[in-house]
Amino acid sequence: MAFTNEQLERYSRHIILKEVGAKGQKKICNAKVLIIGAGGLGAPAALYLAAAGVGTIGIADADEVDLSNLQRQVIHTTKDIGKPKVLSAAETMNDINPDVKVNTYHTFVTSENIMDLIRDYDFILDGTDNFPAKFLINDACVMAKKPFCHAGIIRFRGQLMTWLPDRDLPCYRCVFKEPPPKDAVPTCKQAGVIGAMAGVIGCLQAMEAVKFIVGAGDLLAGSLLTFDALKMEFHKVTLPKRSKNCAVCGDHPTITELIDYEQAVCELKH
Amino acid sequence: MKITVGGETREVKDGITIAELIEEEKVETPEYVTVSVNEEFADRGEYSEKQLSEGDTVEFLYFMGGGRA
Ligand SMILES: [Zn+2]
Repeated sequence: MAFTNEQLERYSRHIILKEVGAKGQKKICNAKVLIIGAGGLGAPAALYLAAAGVGTIGIADADEVDLSNLQRQVIHTTKDIGKPKVLSAAETMNDINPDVKVNTYHTFVTSENIMDLIRDYDFILDGTDNFPAKFLINDACVMAKKPFCHAGIIRFRGQLMTWLPDRDLPCYRCVFKEPPPKDAVPTCKQAGVIGAMAGVIGCLQAMEAVKFIVGAGDLLAGSLLTFDALKMEFHKVTLPKRSKNCAVCGDHPTITELIDYEQAVCELKH
Repeated sequence: MKITVGGETREVKDGITIAELIEEEKVETPEYVTVSVNEEFADRGEYSEKQLSEGDTVEFLYFMGGGRA
């Protein structure tokens, strides 16, 4: 399929890049990316992926837009309060770029549905706010061999890492083993987060997705990039190799079925 | 001796253990922090015995939630 004149103009700043070109833009237009969580991280990622022309973008989230979201979840506006986040996000994405097909999943992601959700996508972004979901996404993507980018933010700090199949790379569980007990580690709701941090890290996730699609440069595979906004410093940690003892990607995995870790509903529903 | 912690050079006492470094660096919720030394995971059970050497690279890896909230 050839680009229309309108598309050539819309994507001209991509097409002119030697790392992207018309070929790369075509790959972007044919790519399918799933964003789990339409909140702080998912919002900027969804905006940039839609603007980039990613052909199909799935967005999964069970929540409705709340006033307290608007400090950082820039895909939603004041008039969207009360609306399912996935619908509000889809409207904004379609306004930015009508070329993009947005699939909305107004549901919690669980062990029951995650395999079906990720199946049709090339790359998954973890924009969730809780550890049960982060471990679920990791385990499902490792089992299904789906490339994904994990991220987390709190206060003035954020971090992200990417996992790719068949490369002997450490997964999220290699590093963090299992979810911390409830309330052992502060959440954004308890500890706060500076709004622009969601933008910084969510955009970096979108960057990883686009680089993966066009095959440009190096991904954060086997490394964790951390950002400290108070010091205004990025630090790239080279992670240890895949852990032979990892419960999901190790030599003798003990997790062979997906786990829904306990998380009180009030915690998820904020 | 000099070691690198989180990308920054630190002057620490010779033979400092991981447990002592955790205290010195005021690591928050250390029981939920993953430690790597020279790009290998350190075993939690070894923190109080394992001594670091000149030039070691130590990273503290923190749980971070956030995002959809
Ligand atoms: Zn692993």
